Amino acid sequence: MNIVVCAKQVVDVSEIKIDPQTQKPIITGIAKKISDIDKNALEEGIRIKEKHGGKITVISVGSADVKERIKELLAMGADEGVLVVPPDNADYAMISHILAGVIKKIGSYDIVLCGEASIDMFSGQMGPRIAGFLGIPQITYAQKVSAEKDHVVSERNLGDKIVTMESLYPVLITVTKEINVPRLPSLMQILGSASKPLLIWPMDGVVSGQLIHKISTIDVKGVPMQRKNIVYKDDIDKSVEKLVNDLAKEGVLR
Amino acid sequence: MVLVYSDEKNLLLELIHLGKDLAKDEHKKVTAVIIGPDHHSKDYIMHGADVVVVVDCAIHPFKAEEYTDILAEVIKENKSEIVLIGSNKNGKELAPRLAAFFDTGCITDGTKVYMKDKKLTVERIVYSGNAVSVEQFTSKPEIVTIPSKVVDPLPKDENHKGDIIKKTIPVKPSPSKIVSVHQMKSESVNVEAAEIIVSCGRGLKNKQDIHLISELADVLKGRTVGCSRPIAADLKWLSEDHWIGLSGHKVKPKLYIAAGISGQIQHIAGMRDSGVVVAINKDPDALIFKSADYGIVGDLYEILPKLTTAIKAKME
Ligand SMILES: Cc1cc2nc3c(=O)[nH]c(=O)nc-3n(C[C@H](O)[C@H](O)[C@H](O)COP(=O)(O)OP(=O)(O)OC[C@H]3O[C@@H](n4cnc5c(N)ncnc54)[C@H](O)[C@@H]3O)c2cc1C
Ligand SMILES: Nc1ncnc2c1ncn2[C@@H]1O[C@H](COP(=O)(O)O)[C@@H](O)[C@H]1O
Repeated sequence: MNIVVCAKQVVDVSEIKIDPQTQKPIITGIAKKISDIDKNALEEGIRIKEKHGGKITVISVGSADVKERIKELLAMGADEGVLVVPPDNADYAMISHILAGVIKKIGSYDIVLCGEASIDMFSGQMGPRIAGFLGIPQITYAQKVSAEKDHVVSERNLGDKIVTMESLYPVLITVTKEINVPRLPSLMQILGSASKPLLIWPMDGVVSGQLIHKISTIDVKGVPMQRKNIVYKDDIDKSVEKLVNDLAKEGVLR
Repeated sequence: MVLVYSDEKNLLLELIHLGKDLAKDEHKKVTAVIIGPDHHSKDYIMHGADVVVVVDCAIHPFKAEEYTDILAEVIKENKSEIVLIGSNKNGKELAPRLAAFFDTGCITDGTKVYMKDKKLTVERIVYSGNAVSVEQFTSKPEIVTIPSKVVDPLPKDENHKGDIIKKTIPVKPSPSKIVSVHQMKSESVNVEAAEIIVSCGRGLKNKQDIHLISELADVLKGRTVGCSRPIAADLKWLSEDHWIGLSGHKVKPKLYIAAGISGQIQHIAGMRDSGVVVAINKDPDALIFKSADYGIVGDLYEILPKLTTAIKAKME
């Protein structure tokens, strides 16, 4: 089974602060990591490989420092990493062209795995876009994947219902956070990952022709949140009493 | 031309209204699309649609590949410039695939959609609620998905006229199939409209303990129970209509009480517009206190019954 996992480096959104002067989110200098659900996608890939054998290629479009992040994924169990550095301010259309181009260049693939959404942009676009470019079926929001030899059965969690789908290969699947618990690599695996191939592919050879923006971001406005942060820590009875008085004063107990 | 589509009737009614607003200045028409048997075309017209295209293809459960082909065909024929798609999970997997088909831009979960300098402009929440991104298209068709309740449907107008066009579009069958559909239990709770919400997280030890939450909710006007993602998605103690957060429902009650919720940013994304926020957590360093107006550090099993009694006494 040839498995491709798409993994994106994101800023740790929980660290973002709003600049009080400009009212813009401060993004530079914030810790970066692999988007959480992409690790679930890789974990699912590893489990499929454990069952059927094969190869897992992790691919990412991002800045050169994503190399360090890909090493973590190689330690987890991916066999090979491919990174492509995109043009500045690339939008979804451009990045999806690159990812689809990388997958086409890899050539033989049975399952492409993505996260249901990336935790910084949370748009859930990339998976369906790639599946569209590759002309293969897609199963999104998968909470369960059972990969068999010649087909896959997967449960889509739509919130109000579960739709069980079956597909032939190749197929693109986007997974939810609930599908599994990603493993932590052992020290041995971390050391071993250094010898696994991690390639940086140039853009030419991956996409033909010029990539064109389809969206322009004209502004990013910070959304600050101000709270009173009054916390009662002592005696529970007293705390409850104070809280109830506060709520009465706030006028929410009517 | 503006084209609107959703497999949910209410969402489609809302999209028709939004489509009308966007079409207004340029006197464009709003076309609503039904895929499958025609159930509500007359309703759509009475709520503002100028044209309803009914693509009747026997019994056709949703599959993104096939629906993309169908909608693409309608969009081409209709020369649609703006395409609004309801942002439920089917819509969210359909829109980007459609965008790949046309090699165009797509913006998911637009919370504000308007014309600015004659350009379609969409605002969406990014960085887990820390920011709003304002985006415009440099390509057509312009595809946007819209969550429910961004606008209300237009009032019903019995006299509004429109055309109903029936169509059959041949589709290439997808190599995937639907094996089964399992309807999940829903409590039909509307957290988005709730005035007061008491929410629980993994601080609860058992499903049975939810009564502690609902009893507090019951003494407060509002009576609505919410929860974090793990309670609905992992443990399935509550149905997904209680789920609040980035990937759940966005709420703005007057009062939001979070008990046993750690306050991760993805949860905050769903409740940050609340009026007064109260947190109950046994960990004094829990993040939730940073997003709260009032908090009590302690065991929710001890605090909640006392709080319920005290609020009941106060309200009498
Ligand atoms: C892409 C993405 C989307 C997500 N979307 C959502 C979303 O929409 N909504 C959402 O909620 N989460 C979402 N999450 C998950 C989120 O990151 C957190 O994992 C989740 O909110 C944690 O839930 P929790 O607070 O219930 O559990 P925990 O983080 O386990 O917190 C439990 C809390 O209970 C406290 N506690 C334990 N026992 C007691 C007691 N006896 N009394 C008082 N306090 C106690 C603990 O101190 C702890 O703070 C998302 C995550 C990702 C990656
Ligand atoms: N730059 C990228 N490189 C690799 N994979 C990506 C990239 N962007 C998005 N993805 C994949 O697409 C999924 C959905 O991302 P998004 O469309 O941003 O919500 C992610 O979980 C990844 O699996």
